[in-house]
Amino acid sequence: MKPWEVVIGIETHAQLSTRAKIFSGSSTAFGAAPNLQANAVDIALPGVLPVLNKGAVECAIRFGLAVGAKIAERSIFARKNYFYPDLPKGYQISQYELPVVVGGSLAISVGEREKLISLTRAHLEEDAGKSLHEGAGQQLHGRSGIDLNRAGTPLLEIVSEPELRSAAEAVAYARTLHALLRWIGICDGNMQEGSFRCDANVSVRPIGQAQFGTRREIKNLNSFRFLQQAIEYEVQWQIATIEEGGRVEQATVLFDPDSGETRAMRSKEDAHDYRYFPDPDLLPLLIDRPWVEQIRSQMPELPLAKRDRLIADYGLSAYDANVLTTSLELADYYEATVAAAGKANAKTCANWVMVDLAARLNKEDREIGESPVAAEQLGALIARIGDGTISTNIGRKIFDALWNGEGSSPDEIIFRQGLQQISDSSSLEALLDELLAANPAMVAEFRAGKEKAFNALVGQAMKATRGKANPQRVSELLRKKLG
Amino acid sequence: MIEHSLQAMARSLADREISSVELTQLYLDRIVRHNSGLNAFITVDPAASLAQARAADERLARGEGGPLTGIPIAHKDIFCAKDWLTTCGSKMLSNFVSPYDAAVISRFGEAGAVMLGKTNMDEFAMGSSNETSFYGPVRNPWDGSCVPGGSSGGSAAAVAARLAPAATGTDTGGSIRQPAALCNLSGLKPTYGVVSRYGMIAFASSLDQAGPLGRSAADCAILLNVMAGFDDRDSTSLDRQREDYCRELAAPAGNKPLAGLTIGLPEEFFGEGCSAEVTRLVEAAIAEYRKLGAETVAIRLPSMGLAVAAYYVIAPAEASSNLARFDGVRYGHRAADYRDLTDMYCKSRAQGFGAEVKRRILIGTYVLSHGYYDAYYLQAQRVRRLIARDFAEAFRQCDVILGPTSPSTAFKLGEKAADPVQMYLSDIYTIAVNLAGLPAISIPCGFASGLPAGLQLIGNYFSEARLLHAAHRYQQENPWHLQHPDGFA
Repeated sequence: MKPWEVVIGIETHAQLSTRAKIFSGSSTAFGAAPNLQANAVDIALPGVLPVLNKGAVECAIRFGLAVGAKIAERSIFARKNYFYPDLPKGYQISQYELPVVVGGSLAISVGEREKLISLTRAHLEEDAGKSLHEGAGQQLHGRSGIDLNRAGTPLLEIVSEPELRSAAEAVAYARTLHALLRWIGICDGNMQEGSFRCDANVSVRPIGQAQFGTRREIKNLNSFRFLQQAIEYEVQWQIATIEEGGRVEQATVLFDPDSGETRAMRSKEDAHDYRYFPDPDLLPLLIDRPWVEQIRSQMPELPLAKRDRLIADYGLSAYDANVLTTSLELADYYEATVAAAGKANAKTCANWVMVDLAARLNKEDREIGESPVAAEQLGALIARIGDGTISTNIGRKIFDALWNGEGSSPDEIIFRQGLQQISDSSSLEALLDELLAANPAMVAEFRAGKEKAFNALVGQAMKATRGKANPQRVSELLRKKLG
Repeated sequence: MIEHSLQAMARSLADREISSVELTQLYLDRIVRHNSGLNAFITVDPAASLAQARAADERLARGEGGPLTGIPIAHKDIFCAKDWLTTCGSKMLSNFVSPYDAAVISRFGEAGAVMLGKTNMDEFAMGSSNETSFYGPVRNPWDGSCVPGGSSGGSAAAVAARLAPAATGTDTGGSIRQPAALCNLSGLKPTYGVVSRYGMIAFASSLDQAGPLGRSAADCAILLNVMAGFDDRDSTSLDRQREDYCRELAAPAGNKPLAGLTIGLPEEFFGEGCSAEVTRLVEAAIAEYRKLGAETVAIRLPSMGLAVAAYYVIAPAEASSNLARFDGVRYGHRAADYRDLTDMYCKSRAQGFGAEVKRRILIGTYVLSHGYYDAYYLQAQRVRRLIARDFAEAFRQCDVILGPTSPSTAFKLGEKAADPVQMYLSDIYTIAVNLAGLPAISIPCGFASGLPAGLQLIGNYFSEARLLHAAHRYQQENPWHLQHPDGFA
């Protein structure tokens, strides 16, 4: 069997988190009853006109800045003409020849390997409505319904160069892009609601061949798992087809999650002629430098920069820094925790956030933003562990108390419940003297060389103080007394 | 009363010599008497009009009237008006009652004007004779066997026969000016972007502009004061300081009121293609302008010969896309029987659109198609820039450009209906103005064999006030515009 190389490029449609639609004032909120969020412009009454929502342009600029792309000073909205019942105007307003974002790149990691994927462009366009068919909870009495709530929702279509070489790379790209869009606050990333959808252009060629093979485009993949499965199926299908002497024809295909297969929807011959031309209802989109600079000044630190800074400033491992920068909310939470705990406790903070907090959130199926324990509370708690006021175990109890809303700050709980660690020699020595006097047998065993007896004595001391004794101090003093 | 200027009518209303209800009823009666012969109106709704008239009378009684309060105005049926049938002259919209008001309708409403009815027009404004209307042709009040021009033919016939004191129109390639010329009216196409297109059913978005059709330039100025203004619902609307288009009309006339005005006479407008009688009347008007103090200078507009060809690429291209929304899905005509979605589209559109609309959709679809786009659409856009440059060059030598509005007086019904190219050439002098986005006015300049002829004054961007002034001064000395057709007592 010849060795094959897989070539994948991805087009992503990301719904932008603007309150209003891209060319009308209607709400973009998801889930309203059909057609309640469609105004005269959205349903394309005779005589209505589009007016560009500047918020959507700002989202595009944010994206362009985040991927190091060129923000076009002048871009053009065009009409893509085709008939479909959920396309009220008979054309979609989209950018064609001159898009708002040109170039840029996205760094992805696959395993230990990092790879920079070039982006071709990103352009603004409007979403179509939805056709509702019988079944799936619809009662349409044998007819089809049209819901135009989604019509006019702003989309950013992001196109990668064909630089992805496996399904795993494609998924890594999609995940990284998804995280970035959420990070910069321009897309809620809700894939079930269709906020983030991918089309994958897939082809194969013998390794070493310069020319691309014929590609097929898998449409509308709305989960990372489907993206992976669809590409894997498509790749093996294309290879099998060629190896059996067949030819891959350019086509648009759909992925059926039930069968796990891709199926041709239309071939190149019946490809639409969309008759693109500049929309005369909209002026060219002009973006001046001051606007871009103003948006740049409001951009959050980007994931890669933040990761590198966490490593450099807090001495975190690359692994920890990667985990903590999977979302802006998590990274912000971590940094706020460190701010409260002190930089010296940065590593402990990472462990608490990634292990204790994450486990608890996971158990209760909550997002970081829904944590009952605020970063400031967690940081204060870690500070008290760090300065020896409490032990780690007491710390976990206080964390539970905070989680359950049993106190406003760790200090208050420590004070109210008398949980301060006992570290001063005089109290501990008095306690140990009593303990040694009461347990002559254990003392004898220790003297006979049984280290277990020493641990038992420490345990006794901890028990007597309900865990508050500083175990390290107890050990030191005990050895001295027994020494 | 029906020969009162708008200003005089407003004075009579303000002085309570006549109420708006009486005035409106007067015109409604005239419509009942004369519309069946002319077919100028598609819809009248006396109850709705009289309700507006009563509201206007209350406003007038409070002394809060403006220049148009209580005056009935006819609107071309291309403007969406809330709760009014809005057909655009098409079977496709024969059942469409608009749920909203166009910007132009709102502005007249705010001014207290009374909506008198919706006027007939070429289907989707595609035509120069008003013969493409689903509602039948309009007849020219000056000669019932002739067309009134188009596409704003219903508005022009209504005002010419005094079935309305004034009307609105739209002009994509001459659709205000040419019917004005053929019906002895004054009609202004403003600079592109001066009047909001919101709610005006689009034919060719980059060319469409609404404007007034009146009995005089002074009436047009009053109407434009209401129509013009920025609208944030139209991205091509221009956000500029409001101006009073009447401001130059009241200035003391003197003996040479147009001294200092340089009029450019393009040789391309005075050659072959224009009838001898129209040429003669326009040349007589030029002599009158010289008497008023204007100077004339010969100019050239070398790309003019390409205008009609470029227009008939750009306008159908935009129309083919603009009319895609008429698909029978959400409103408008839907075929009664169909097999599937494609069949529904095909039948609904085949039944809903007339021949001229289909012709332009086909042309537009063709010129935008893959492989033809560069040769047709892009080439036409290049020509468009050349034409705009010609005008820019010309306006370095003159203040306004003067020529005929239409190459002939009104032609017979059916005379050009079978020959689209002949029909398209009737807009040969008006089309370039739309391609360049300039303002222009047509005013009456005399009669040939009993039919009116019009002259066109073209100005630089935003020179509406100057055009209206130049037209008004001519009309003060040459009152062709006061003549009205017989038979509409």
